[in-house]
Amino acid sequence: MATHMDNVNTSAAAAVIRLEETRPNEMSILKRARLSMLKARWPLVALVLLLIILFLAVFGPAIAPRDPNRQDLILRLLPPMSTDRTGEITYVLGTDGMGRDLLSRVIYGTRISIAVGFVAVAVGGILGTTLGMLAGYFGGPLDDIIMRLADIQLAFPFILLTIMMLVVLGPGVANLVLVLGISQWVTYARIARGQTMAQREREYVEAARCLGTPRGRIIFRQILPNILAPIIVIASFNVASVILAEASLSFLGLGVPPTIPTWGGILAESRDQLLGGYWWLAVYPGLAIMLTVLSLNILGDWLRDFLDPRLRGRE
Amino acid sequence: MGKYIIRRLWQSVIVILGVTVLAFVTLHLAGDPTYLYVSERAGQEEIEATRQKLGFDRPLPEQYFKFLGGMLQGDLGTSLRARQPALGLILERLPATIELTLFSMLLATLIAIPIGILAALRRGTPLDGGVMLFAMIGQSIPGFWLGIMLILFVGLGLRWLPISGHVPFLQPLFAGDFGTAFGSLPESIRHLILPAVTVGVFSLSRNARLVRSSMLEVLSLEYITTARSKGLREGTIVMRHAFRNALFPLVTILGLEFGFLLSGVVVAETVFSWPGVGRLVFNAINQRDIPLVQAAVVVFSFIFVGLNLLVDIVYAYLDPRIRLS
Repeated sequence: MATHMDNVNTSAAAAVIRLEETRPNEMSILKRARLSMLKARWPLVALVLLLIILFLAVFGPAIAPRDPNRQDLILRLLPPMSTDRTGEITYVLGTDGMGRDLLSRVIYGTRISIAVGFVAVAVGGILGTTLGMLAGYFGGPLDDIIMRLADIQLAFPFILLTIMMLVVLGPGVANLVLVLGISQWVTYARIARGQTMAQREREYVEAARCLGTPRGRIIFRQILPNILAPIIVIASFNVASVILAEASLSFLGLGVPPTIPTWGGILAESRDQLLGGYWWLAVYPGLAIMLTVLSLNILGDWLRDFLDPRLRGRE
Repeated sequence: MGKYIIRRLWQSVIVILGVTVLAFVTLHLAGDPTYLYVSERAGQEEIEATRQKLGFDRPLPEQYFKFLGGMLQGDLGTSLRARQPALGLILERLPATIELTLFSMLLATLIAIPIGILAALRRGTPLDGGVMLFAMIGQSIPGFWLGIMLILFVGLGLRWLPISGHVPFLQPLFAGDFGTAFGSLPESIRHLILPAVTVGVFSLSRNARLVRSSMLEVLSLEYITTARSKGLREGTIVMRHAFRNALFPLVTILGLEFGFLLSGVVVAETVFSWPGVGRLVFNAINQRDIPLVQAAVVVFSFIFVGLNLLVDIVYAYLDPRIRLS
């Protein structure tokens, strides 16, 4: 599911690149970003929402009203806004089949989704950008090998291989991050390669070369900052698709072990209760996923438009 | 054209080889795969016997070529649980999965094209905004969650459509039993709708955005201005001049689309208890029936690579620039 979106992102990022060089530079970038965001409104809403989600991810344990794993079979399957026997504790989102507080579980789930999303994208982004830059800078056989590998990976649905790897390696956060990260590298590699090839011919790179700057330094200190914009745009969409992938894999029982509450995992458990009409078990964790992914997508769209005003409203 | 096809075929062969290497290596990722085939209580002797029987004691390259050789003869290994050839189990369930995938693709394309065009023609209006918002949500919603919501509200709440079950269409069709196939077609479709929406919602949204943006791009080109200045009717311009060219980007991704939808069916089939390959894979995952998962990966990859090849050839036929570059 991730690779598919990347194809669209690649073209969007390519368009970002085109206008990079001609963009006006009268205002500072932050000021322009603020103005653009205030004007567009939806991205602002998305940003606020995302900040709240990030806050919940970081401070979840302090905010969650109850221990997410504490079971109480007497309190099982309480609908939202129910209270316990004493009437003191309110279960805002209700409880699940084992009497665990759903709100606390959803809040704890935020941590996993956000962490897996960002770390996996960092893994894939760093790996892909590095390989892409090396391929683009050095060309030749190295370029051939890296790009053929990328072609192979693009040529079949990688999610299936992800599934197989996780079945063999067993579920776990580290495995999940690694596998999802690796599945993302191609997009970054392709963009970074093309960009590096273009930058390599520029005068500043030539100047650095004449000064005897080491190649590693030219690549990572001189070229890298100049190709970051499209990579950041891709990464913002990518976090969204990785969060979706994590939820699907956890739903299939392949992601995070069931002892840790995750949005996908809670949804998987809700399936058994579906016919009983316990809707809240399925509605809230899904809403959490959707709102997170939606905010990331809206922000990604805005970021792309912001970096390339010519594309505004096009896609 | 012939040269292009040969080059493209060669590339596909390399990709397929790459897939088989990856599928093979994955099986060995966690160490000696023998342990997947024996029970946890197995003694050393039994483990050793199984290892020899399955050939895991041989050097890796030898094992790989044996795996590849078997594959060429249609042997994709044996399911650990069913104790039957994995390929047979998969092929048995493939028609149901293809039905679901094709129907999702049909939904994703046939709905996306008109709404994408409409949004482009009414650019900037509330209609356009609504379509784009809908598409944005469609791309952000987890497919399996949408499936669960459809079951809860459309299936259980409103009782409009069945939430599980499958009425075969392709199977009787291929068996030559047209009466059964078409007689039960309405019932087949009723059972298909909810799962297909679940599988297709992401593609539908993405396609709608794609059609809209490529339509906008084409409409701003000079030949459209020329057509307008010739005094052609707007309908003619849109349908005869713009539409065809705007569809090109969509055609390119249709091949990828099928493979993408195929990978989405695993969760959707699980949610709707659809008797296809996806649910087979899900059960295999839960039972750690790795040979079966491996076989499914290989079969899906074959379908995916084959379709891409087909699409590329059709595309090269339609657009000479591709085969000549």
